[in-house]
Amino acid sequence: MKRSKTMEFGVGLFMLAGIVGLVFLGLRVSGLSLSAPSETFRLEANFANIGGLKPRARVTMAGVTVGRVESIDLDTEWYDAKVTLRLDNDLEGQLSQDTTAAILTAGLLGEQYIGLSVGGDPAILEDGDTIRDTQSALVLEELIQQFVSNMASN
Amino acid sequence: MQSRFQQGVDQIARLGRKGCDVMEALGRAGLFLAQSAVGVPSREGWYLWLRQMHFVGVLSLAIVLVSGLFIGMVLALQGYTILVDFGAEQALGQMVALSLLRELAPVVAALLFAGRAGSALTAEIGLMKATEQLTSMEMIGVDPLRRVIAPRLWAGFVALPILTVGFGVVGIWGGYLVGVEWLGVFEGSYWSNMQASVSFVSDVGNGIIKSLVFAVVVTWIAVFQGYDLVPTSEGISRATTRTVVYSSLAVLGLDFVLTAVMFGGL
Amino acid sequence: MTDVPFIEIEDVHFSRGSHEIFRGINMVIPQGKVTAIMGPSGTGKTTLLKLIGGQLTPDRGRIIVDGQDVHRLSRKALFTLRKRMGMLFQSGALFSDLDVFENVAFPLRVHTDLSDVMIRDLVLLKLEAVGLRGARHLTPAELSGGMARRVALARAIALDPELILYDEPFVGQDPISMGVLVQLIKRLNQALELTSVVVSHDIKETLSIADYLYLLADGQVVAEGTPHTLNANQDPRVSQFVHGEPDGPVPFHYPAETLYRDILGQATATRAG
Repeated sequence: MKRSKTMEFGVGLFMLAGIVGLVFLGLRVSGLSLSAPSETFRLEANFANIGGLKPRARVTMAGVTVGRVESIDLDTEWYDAKVTLRLDNDLEGQLSQDTTAAILTAGLLGEQYIGLSVGGDPAILEDGDTIRDTQSALVLEELIQQFVSNMASN
Repeated sequence: MQSRFQQGVDQIARLGRKGCDVMEALGRAGLFLAQSAVGVPSREGWYLWLRQMHFVGVLSLAIVLVSGLFIGMVLALQGYTILVDFGAEQALGQMVALSLLRELAPVVAALLFAGRAGSALTAEIGLMKATEQLTSMEMIGVDPLRRVIAPRLWAGFVALPILTVGFGVVGIWGGYLVGVEWLGVFEGSYWSNMQASVSFVSDVGNGIIKSLVFAVVVTWIAVFQGYDLVPTSEGISRATTRTVVYSSLAVLGLDFVLTAVMFGGL
Repeated sequence: MTDVPFIEIEDVHFSRGSHEIFRGINMVIPQGKVTAIMGPSGTGKTTLLKLIGGQLTPDRGRIIVDGQDVHRLSRKALFTLRKRMGMLFQSGALFSDLDVFENVAFPLRVHTDLSDVMIRDLVLLKLEAVGLRGARHLTPAELSGGMARRVALARAIALDPELILYDEPFVGQDPISMGVLVQLIKRLNQALELTSVVVSHDIKETLSIADYLYLLADGQVVAEGTPHTLNANQDPRVSQFVHGEPDGPVPFHYPAETLYRDILGQATATRAG
């Protein structure tokens, strides 16, 4: 059978393009990272209510993304949500013990994310520590309920 | 009165016969798939496969990529006008990427593939049958299922998922062009919102699984219609039409089922 | 007949749907001779070749090729037997994605482990035999009908078969290529000591090459014999076919009501409507 170099080349290129496209979908679109896991460290935070927070949500500090939510579990001891955060390595040893974590919403209907703000405590959070000072997600129904009961008591 | 009744009986009998015909055709098609797709390819088989990859894959690339680009651009344009009402235009990237990866890339690429490659496969195999090439191959002692059908089936199975990935990538890029470059959505939020909401396994992965299923169904229909047709000019043109109609319906129907299973919480 | 039989067809019945094509035919095809099977269009001559090649299975009866019952063979044994048969199809049936050279080389490549050099030499010899060595780089689409049939013939003899089945080799050929084909079939049969079966309804050409003829009509063998005896046959069905008379036992008219009633019936229907 006669072979055609250009055709073989074309098919090779086609399959290569498929692989490159898949890599693009992985890295650029779904935000997978090729960097080694040693470049991040882990913190935990317990929230009374996480609202619509999902794994892989952003963790920001002053609006800058500094990490992601790794997992969300139910803490069966306290019956609240235990959220594990994975933060960039350059923040390790920089965050004070009284750092607060709040669940915020981007825009009115946007996704929910965690905002960190630093306190003044000289003691520092290490890998695996837990953030004490947390602020739960705002749940619209609760806000309305509060508003209505305030109106009633007035 | 008697004749009315008789007519009704005839109708029901016709329905039953039709049902039997359909079941028989399905059985034939299943047997056909099993006989041709299973088996170890020879050295030459690889080369035949490569040639079909060129035919169904590389030659379909242009139409798939151009369609992907336009669909991404339209998605961004439409999505922006809706999202901007809620002040949520930074979620544009997320919307474009999710609709493309979960739905539009697998489905539209499969429909285009059925029109471009599927119909060509049916016509080509039909012509080989009409000109007795398949019979003469059998008389030479070569099984046409292995020699003619198998490479085409496998080329289709591999090519469509690749085309789907290409469709998705180009579509997301088209959305970027319109959303970020033209409408002025902030570039960082286009990508970061996308990255926050798209999961590689459940969105990209499920999209590719969908396209694999579509690839099997569309190529199977196309090749079987070609192999099973009435070997006349009219038969070929009918079979070509059938290929496009059946595979489009199968893709859309299966898409609903797959979506329900993958994303509908079934 | 004193010749050794190569193919024996015994009481073969075959029908397609409700249409009966063969109603018990018996034939003996001798080794090393040209046997012609003739008959009007639609008598299932091509079907008969497909039965011999094992592509169709008869409803009843059996076909024995060189001592083997074709339809009782395993798939593998059938394919082995087919290597010893060549078949020339009506349309030539060349593979449209291969050029002339590769078409002739095809059976050699799939059934032998010969080196490329050997295959090249063999293919060129076969193409030389049909006079188309110079056309080896053409694609089937570039060939005329007669040339395509000659290439197909070269392909059919590529594996040096013992039996060649010709399906309507003369149909639609101009007089020159018809003459070429007649010459080729005759020459090949003598040179390769082939057994040839020619299915045709071209009387003159077929009579000129056949050693023995069978005439099929209504799903049965209606006459057989050498060209000479068949020419002299007085049976009206035979003489109508052999001498090409338009009307006879095979009627000119497709079965219908009488013309008078057809026209009159229509006239009354129109008036009533």
